Amino acid sequence: MAVNAGPRMDLERTSPDSMILNLGPQHPSTHGVLRLLLELDGEEVLGCKADMGYLHRGVEKLIEAHDYRGGITLTDRMDYTAGPSNNMGYLMAIEKLMGITDEIPLRARYLRTAVAELSRLASHHIWIGTHGLDIGAMSAFLWSLREREKILYLFEEACGARLTTSFMRVGGTGPHDVGDQWLDNVEAFLEGYALHEIDTLLTENEVFLERTRDVGHITREEALSYGLTGPVLRGSGVAWDLRKARPYAAYDLVDFELPVFEEGDVYARYLVRLNEMYQSCRIIGQCVEALRGLPSGSPSNAALPTVTPPDISRVPVDMEAMINHFKLVMHGVQPEPGEAYFSIENPKGELGFYFVSDGSGEPYRCHVRSPSFVNLAIIEKISVGALIADVVAIIGSVDIVLGEVDR
Amino acid sequence: MDFWDWFIVVTKVLAVFLLLPVAPLALVLFERWTLGRLQSRIGPNRVGWRGSLQTAADGLKLGIKEDTIPAMADKGIFWFAPVMMVTPALAAWAVVPFGPPVDVGRTFGLWVADLNVGVLFFLAMGSLGVYGVVMSGWASNSKYAHLGALRSSAQIISYELVLGLGVLAVIVYSGSLSLVDIVNAQAGLWFIVPQFIGFLLFLIAAVGETNRAPLDLPEAETELVAGFHVEYSGMRWAFFFMAEYANILLMSAIAATLFLGGWHGWTIPGLEAISGVGWFVLKTGLFVFAFFLFRAALPRFRYDQLMNFCWKILIPIGALNLLAAAALRMAWS
Repeated sequence: MAVNAGPRMDLERTSPDSMILNLGPQHPSTHGVLRLLLELDGEEVLGCKADMGYLHRGVEKLIEAHDYRGGITLTDRMDYTAGPSNNMGYLMAIEKLMGITDEIPLRARYLRTAVAELSRLASHHIWIGTHGLDIGAMSAFLWSLREREKILYLFEEACGARLTTSFMRVGGTGPHDVGDQWLDNVEAFLEGYALHEIDTLLTENEVFLERTRDVGHITREEALSYGLTGPVLRGSGVAWDLRKARPYAAYDLVDFELPVFEEGDVYARYLVRLNEMYQSCRIIGQCVEALRGLPSGSPSNAALPTVTPPDISRVPVDMEAMINHFKLVMHGVQPEPGEAYFSIENPKGELGFYFVSDGSGEPYRCHVRSPSFVNLAIIEKISVGALIADVVAIIGSVDIVLGEVDR
Repeated sequence: MDFWDWFIVVTKVLAVFLLLPVAPLALVLFERWTLGRLQSRIGPNRVGWRGSLQTAADGLKLGIKEDTIPAMADKGIFWFAPVMMVTPALAAWAVVPFGPPVDVGRTFGLWVADLNVGVLFFLAMGSLGVYGVVMSGWASNSKYAHLGALRSSAQIISYELVLGLGVLAVIVYSGSLSLVDIVNAQAGLWFIVPQFIGFLLFLIAAVGETNRAPLDLPEAETELVAGFHVEYSGMRWAFFFMAEYANILLMSAIAATLFLGGWHGWTIPGLEAISGVGWFVLKTGLFVFAFFLFRAALPRFRYDQLMNFCWKILIPIGALNLLAAAALRMAWS
């Protein structure tokens, strides 16, 4: 029976005896709806082609159809494992477009850093869990999600949502400033954080080493020519991290190290992310300390009427405040005509937003450079010559999230 | 054979036959509780007292589920494969000695049959189980199932050799292929002491034979989805599940019989049979628990590593161990 399944991808067979295996889009280890076409000789992969687009929702177009504020809710649905981090990248790009990056108060910068690192932890917990599960380590997955749950509680306490956070606003934290109680809870979380349990279960495990060493090798040159970013790049010996290279938020004010490993295999990428998690804890600790050190009553939003609504108690009694409030609620922020690109180091790599403004409340054009999309391409190359079981380990080590690949 | 002899035989057969479909239910529940504890989550706690009826409910669900057969499947073989899995797994229990001989007016042993080639029978039944895997993989007409079947035919045949080498080392000491004789030979010293290497070989091979983590490549959930039984559903799938747990139990029971002295242990005077069965169950449970711990703790091997491990490490060790055991035995006698 001929079924028209729409546009489809095909893989050229290199040998008449090979078998084409369709891995995904419904497969437990493709981390969402990635589809890989594998040409197999027995268990060995002769060719690989990645097909994506199963989760395409037109986020860029949707952002263009909403005002700048409305786009926030769309960004945390891209890389849903690190919602707040996506929100920040989006907001900071708008701030750059408006030229108000330097106006952001210190409190907001520290809070953004802390929350971005918390979301890095949450995202890496999904990764370490599923990567372990792909290789067969079942307990690591559940222990990992247990730790992630604590972070999601912190998000919920700070902004009311666990995954789709829509955290903070242009110009600062918006209504999402947090109290001392939250800082206490973050410290308590760092105190009881049990990453070392997962670490001991996997890092030195003989079977895990066998499965990850010398698998999915990416050379330094390949990594650079494919435009890889994030832990995948740093696992191939390139010390490039936007937090160090072009510090934003409060990353120039905190002290942390950049884990870089030379081997370029699955295990090197594993070690990069694992060490990043320990570094994230350091950063969060320093941010919490710095936030406590700020004088009480420090502002968390830029003192700019163009982005920050006035104190709500003044709105009914003060004409200017009411007009300001009305303009911001009805039209949102309105950057001058121009364009801007800003990128942050998301857990998965460089997340960049490119905006073109025509002076109205909606972006004229928005483009997202999503790290997963760019990193995905390397899977096709490094899977060739591996076994099926390695393909699964490779997908896990590149750490893609399909919501961000397809957008 | 008078009426009572027949009665005893039929009762024993029925007891073993009825125990085995029920045992997996308890085993799965025990496994899920254990895994729940190990993975810091709750585990089943809804149906019945602390979730104790959970697996019974699951079994019921499987029983009333729609039974789908893929359109392009080879229906006859597809239908027969689960039967081929379960039958040997149940049949092998015929030679397992559960306890010492009982004397209630007449003496009979707590086993269905004391074959003089009991060990061979057990190994043969283990080999037959592979056919169920291969048949299901082929008949499903699915690439994932096909890969799973290929993996398992290679894996199970290889690990059978290791299993055989581990068992042979024991037979060198016992001098008999009958499992009852082997247990009797361990009255003084359990074979785990002189044959610790053989014990380890047997344990590893048992994990490989039963397709359990970390050697669960034929199913490899995260690579082949469910491997050879990916196309099965409902009660047919439950048959595979039952066979897997019956095999775990069987391997544990045989391990307890061969290496931990079967029913031997301190006995309560006058209650030798009951304490014997108690010891047997306890020792079997120990191995079952080890199976669960392996699953919780270890990642999965890759196919080529698994085969290398078997042929380049386990089989040479097994062969040398067998030679050494034989030489020692010769030197003694």
